[in-house]
Amino acid sequence: MENPQRDRTSAAPREREVIVDVRGLTKRFADVLAVDGVDMKIRRGQVYGFLGPNGSGKTTFIRMLCGLLEPTAGEGTCLGYDILTQQREIKHHVGYMTQRFSLYEDLTVRENLDFTARLYGVADRPRRVAQSLEELGLAERRNQLAGNLSGGWKQRLSLGCALLHQPRLLLLDEPTAGVDPKARRDFWEQIQTMAEKNGLTVLITTHYMDEAERCHELSYLAYGRLLVRGTPADLLRHAAIRVWAIRGPELNALAIALREGDGLEQVVAFGNALHVVSDDPARIRAALGRHLTPAHTAEEIEPGLDDVFIHLMEKSSDNFS
Amino acid sequence: MRRSPQGRLAAVVLKEFIQMRRDRLTFAMMVGIPLMQLILFGFAINTDPKRLPTGIVSGDHSRYTRALVAAMANSGYFRIVDDDMTEAEADRAIERGSVQFALTIPPDFTRKLLRGERPRFLVEADGTDPAATSNALRALEGISQRIWQKELPGATSRVAGGAPAASLAIHARYNPEAITQYNIVPGLMGVVLTMTMVIITSLAITREKERGTMEHLLGTPVRPAEVMVGKIVPYIVVGYIQVVLVLLAAAFLFRVPVRGSIPLLLACALLFIVANLSVGLTFSTVAKNQLQAVQMSFFFFLPSILLSGFMFPFRGMPGWAQMIGSALPLTHFLRIVRGIMLKGNGFADVAQHLVPIAAFCAIALAIGIRRYRQTLD
Repeated sequence: MENPQRDRTSAAPREREVIVDVRGLTKRFADVLAVDGVDMKIRRGQVYGFLGPNGSGKTTFIRMLCGLLEPTAGEGTCLGYDILTQQREIKHHVGYMTQRFSLYEDLTVRENLDFTARLYGVADRPRRVAQSLEELGLAERRNQLAGNLSGGWKQRLSLGCALLHQPRLLLLDEPTAGVDPKARRDFWEQIQTMAEKNGLTVLITTHYMDEAERCHELSYLAYGRLLVRGTPADLLRHAAIRVWAIRGPELNALAIALREGDGLEQVVAFGNALHVVSDDPARIRAALGRHLTPAHTAEEIEPGLDDVFIHLMEKSSDNFS
Repeated sequence: MRRSPQGRLAAVVLKEFIQMRRDRLTFAMMVGIPLMQLILFGFAINTDPKRLPTGIVSGDHSRYTRALVAAMANSGYFRIVDDDMTEAEADRAIERGSVQFALTIPPDFTRKLLRGERPRFLVEADGTDPAATSNALRALEGISQRIWQKELPGATSRVAGGAPAASLAIHARYNPEAITQYNIVPGLMGVVLTMTMVIITSLAITREKERGTMEHLLGTPVRPAEVMVGKIVPYIVVGYIQVVLVLLAAAFLFRVPVRGSIPLLLACALLFIVANLSVGLTFSTVAKNQLQAVQMSFFFFLPSILLSGFMFPFRGMPGWAQMIGSALPLTHFLRIVRGIMLKGNGFADVAQHLVPIAAFCAIALAIGIRRYRQTLD
């Protein structure tokens, strides 16, 4: 798990066509190294999860992939085209859904779709736009201004625009941020169906672990560097951490005591439980023995992806900050 | 905990200063615009233009005619650019605008003067801009009264009623009644276009950046030239609507004579509109937000209106101000519009003014396209 160079594509057959293949991708803004030597390989039909805290360089990486930013260093191909010289060809076959709503708020739903379709030179445009409106469930709102749509509908419209030209690669930058749970679930079903049936390849960034678990493969980025990659199952299996869940009264005070008194870096509240995570089980047991009261219950649980990633962050912050 | 209202006030004041310091352009404008107005109004603008180019058509060379010409030059209002023109040359020079006045002295002037026959001499003035000529003409009337008393003390006595020994005839060409609207209304066409075209397009790309739609646009295969030209074309139509409105108002509301060819005027307007749109687009690629874009447009508009000869006579300005003015498209467009509408100028006359507009346009567009980024870098 500590070796990000290892290539794991267990969810997709190894021989499948490589859609994204970049090495050492780097981007420097003035004196900030936003992305630092990131490698990535994505095969056809994969739903690839891209995780990491805010400001870790995920958006910058995606922008470099589709020609919106020029890499400072690195090389590679996207859909077989060189990312340094063939950005226009890449744009023709990539659908990019930006993190911030980037369609025209003063155009209607239909006008936005129509405009985007024209920019991509979509064949049989009126039929394609009408079909897209139907698929998105936006037909009734076709004449509504995009600016008046709610967050969930804006997200659907953005997705619709990104899919109009039938891209082979879909780049989704936090598509489900601020979207309600049901819309989130519907969205994922749609993405997974397209990946399975049409062989669409998807690179998606998210902060939701339930979404991360649905990805075929994950990369975790922090401070612009790739910390780890692999399938969700691999990441969990290889994470050398142990997790105890503690329930009981006054968990906040307990958390402070555990952090400050015993130097346990990772004491995090999850719902109504406290997760105490460490790679050294003896330390946890000793600390719990000192601080737990009879009112508390402590049980060792299977680590979740959250625990794994927070642990990675804690460890990497020692190296970078 | 004690609440301190002064603390809150200080917080707001401090925050404003911090934000002001971050927004360098706004700060530069706050200092730059008063400075610019001070310099322009204080030094460049002169409502009493002097040293106006004057041509002489003389059929008579005597000490008296030389004294007249010398007195005109000494008044400061007239700068003799050619003292030996033919009538046809003088006509042409006024039409092209290379002289403001033409003085014609008839062949038998001296003889008649000495005989006390009160000969007439003629000054023709380019009357398209009444403000530019009125003071000079008034000074000339004074000269024509006094000079003969000094040069020829006996002559006045030979003329009944103490009238001047020679009479001055003034002929204001193109705008004999000195109607200010004749000058202002055609000029307004250029001013309106400068103001609206630059501001509208300066917002064009900035708006996309500010609203985040630039990322969507750049994510598609659209080319920079397609974006630039696509943003210019609709406003050319808007510009033409403005031109037609001003023309209709000029002809039917203000009764400004339209002597020249309307199609020629419309053709020249196209170049001028494109020049202004190019400036706006270039601003648009530089400005970080829409406010900055408007500020930059204003920074361009101010010298355009003050130094182009729209508000104040161009020839009244010092050399450096005329140089700046000559770089601005409005200066040349004003000469084109006034030339075509009031003087009936043809293509040959206006071509000299089209060249600088075209050059300006090419430079602005080149900067704009160079600065347009195909990436978000």
